[in-house]
Amino acid sequence: MSENEPLLSVQNLEKHFPVTKGLLKREVGAVKAVDGISFDVFKGETLGLVGESGCGKSTTGRLVTRLLEPTGGKVVFEGRDITHMGQGKLRPLRRDMQMIFQDPYSSLNPRHTVGAIVGAPFRIQGVKTENGTKKAVQDILEMVGLNPEHYNRYPHEFSGGQRQRIGIARTLALKPKLIIADEPVSALDVSIQAQVVNLLEDLQNELDLTYVVIAHDLSVVRHISDRVAVMYLGKIVEIADRKRLYTAPMHPYTNALLSAVPVPDPKARRDRDRIRLTGDVPSPLNPPPACRFHTRCWKAQEICKTVEPPLEELAGGHRVACHFPENAPVAATAEDATKA
Amino acid sequence: MSFLDVKDLRIHFPTDDGLVRAVDGLTFSLERGQTLGIVGESGSGKSVTSLGILGLHKGGRAKISGEIWLDGEELVGASAEAVRGLRGKKMAMIFQDPLSSMHPYYTVGHQIIEAYRIHHDVSKQVARKHAVDLLGRVGIPEPAKRVDSYPHEFSGGMRQRAMIAMALSCDPELLIADEPTTALDVTVQAQILDLMRDLQREFNSALIVITHDLGVVAELSDDILVMYGGKCIEYGKADDIFYQPEHPYTWGLLSSMPRLDRERTERLLPIKGSPPSLINVPPGCAFHPRCPYADRTDGRSSTEVPDLAPTERGHLVRCHMGRTERRTLWETEIKPVLETQ
Repeated sequence: MSENEPLLSVQNLEKHFPVTKGLLKREVGAVKAVDGISFDVFKGETLGLVGESGCGKSTTGRLVTRLLEPTGGKVVFEGRDITHMGQGKLRPLRRDMQMIFQDPYSSLNPRHTVGAIVGAPFRIQGVKTENGTKKAVQDILEMVGLNPEHYNRYPHEFSGGQRQRIGIARTLALKPKLIIADEPVSALDVSIQAQVVNLLEDLQNELDLTYVVIAHDLSVVRHISDRVAVMYLGKIVEIADRKRLYTAPMHPYTNALLSAVPVPDPKARRDRDRIRLTGDVPSPLNPPPACRFHTRCWKAQEICKTVEPPLEELAGGHRVACHFPENAPVAATAEDATKA
Repeated sequence: MSFLDVKDLRIHFPTDDGLVRAVDGLTFSLERGQTLGIVGESGSGKSVTSLGILGLHKGGRAKISGEIWLDGEELVGASAEAVRGLRGKKMAMIFQDPLSSMHPYYTVGHQIIEAYRIHHDVSKQVARKHAVDLLGRVGIPEPAKRVDSYPHEFSGGMRQRAMIAMALSCDPELLIADEPTTALDVTVQAQILDLMRDLQREFNSALIVITHDLGVVAELSDDILVMYGGKCIEYGKADDIFYQPEHPYTWGLLSSMPRLDRERTERLLPIKGSPPSLINVPPGCAFHPRCPYADRTDGRSSTEVPDLAPTERGHLVRCHMGRTERRTLWETEIKPVLETQ
């Protein structure tokens, strides 16, 4: 694998869940949870995946880790196509690719001790460590800021933040290369969120980890990510490096999202001019044709209802799927074309 | 006397493991047309407070003391029937999760009509018309049709709107919203916050918003009360709490959250440790095990509960440190860090 090759490459990935009806389970439609998305993740970076509920961000995480079977497209990990790899072949790969889950209450087995939970990866993968598994587990516990003497305690004896640390310890056990974190801090209290975010960053620097962080909280994503992809109804609508996306977003949806975040500053709220979207996110069962955002977009025109905008690179590393992008370089955008 | 006056409210739950002091001596007041934000982490007692005001602990195991005066009527000592007469009519609640707080078996309209007819002697037709009006008012499209929908047929945002319509059905003068937007997406959250602000202006009701989200609080509140371990630790005007906070816990909350309205910082500044369990609140100042300045109080922080004392700006702070010391810390250590963020 050369330096410039991505660690993870997702190409036109699709997941359509069939909707069946009647006794014969006739297929009457499909929920297009993820509908043809492509992105690369490079070694050592953090890619943030944001969007509202139902946009397919969690499904994407599960497809990449092969917890769900893709219905189309490709997942390439370290140059190997793992899209339809069998479970047997996949198992050794799971060492390199791990997942952190949202809810530290339901993602830890209440009947297992912390030692058993964090030691499970060693057992399953048949990894022998120099001084025994127990020592290895205790080292990891220490690394994530837990007391190694708590080896024999059960999850219920820990607070939410500590439980999330246990979950993180488990993913780190076998020194993975890629970690997919699905809402890693959203179930935690504000003061604890910051602790876990800092821990994730420290671990990344220490262990040279690559992250895909899936979250709905735009401020957390900005803090933790190097690049950010915005999803809407199963599609990536914009992807760019952090700074560009947050200072000069091009897609109207990204703009609306950023402007909707409540700011902890009473004066700012009085001065702020905000974009208000009307309505809810449409159902992914029956998404609007062409540009899926056109039903809620204030810039929508005829073309948005008939032609799907491609995800195009409009500036260095900044790709956006919109006919009328904002903050776009003065190049020939569709907006200029209609004016002319 | 204010429209709502809560004085030294205590809500304690005896359990097998000991006494849970969920709310321990809370005092605040609220006028019509004003919004109070109650902020706190999980287990700080903020939701128990709201249920206490509505009298929903009555008949349970809770031991309630103190006074709650709503428009001249005392509620703590009042009978369950008397409070029931006020609940829904004079005071109402918007819950966090409309899917579990609405009955799945009845239509949305039925549930609004039921609440309205309990307090008003009107025919079903009149009540139904009222329900349709309300649904339209909270921004539900085609209200005449949607009045016959079941809760599961609504999207999350629509359900929260219906919930608000239900709470408003009898023009309550006090509205309590417990995490009203936590379950919603950010674009829908913005819509609901706007709606609540507009409706409050229209009805001139008193509003209590309970949340962990400082952003939501800043959007809505005139006054803010910060709770920790069942007690109020800071209480004052929104501007004072955000721009001149004096309690180390409030400082910690403000500096631990990543903010979109500031430059990105390299590192977040969390509060160490985790919030206390209400069954085992640390002695003295409940925050002392997590407080970076606990060593500045000559050991009093772990033995003596600090008083809720006014600052020179008039807001209340529960801290052992002297006023000047807190001001100096804020000006020299906390504010500069917050502002570079």
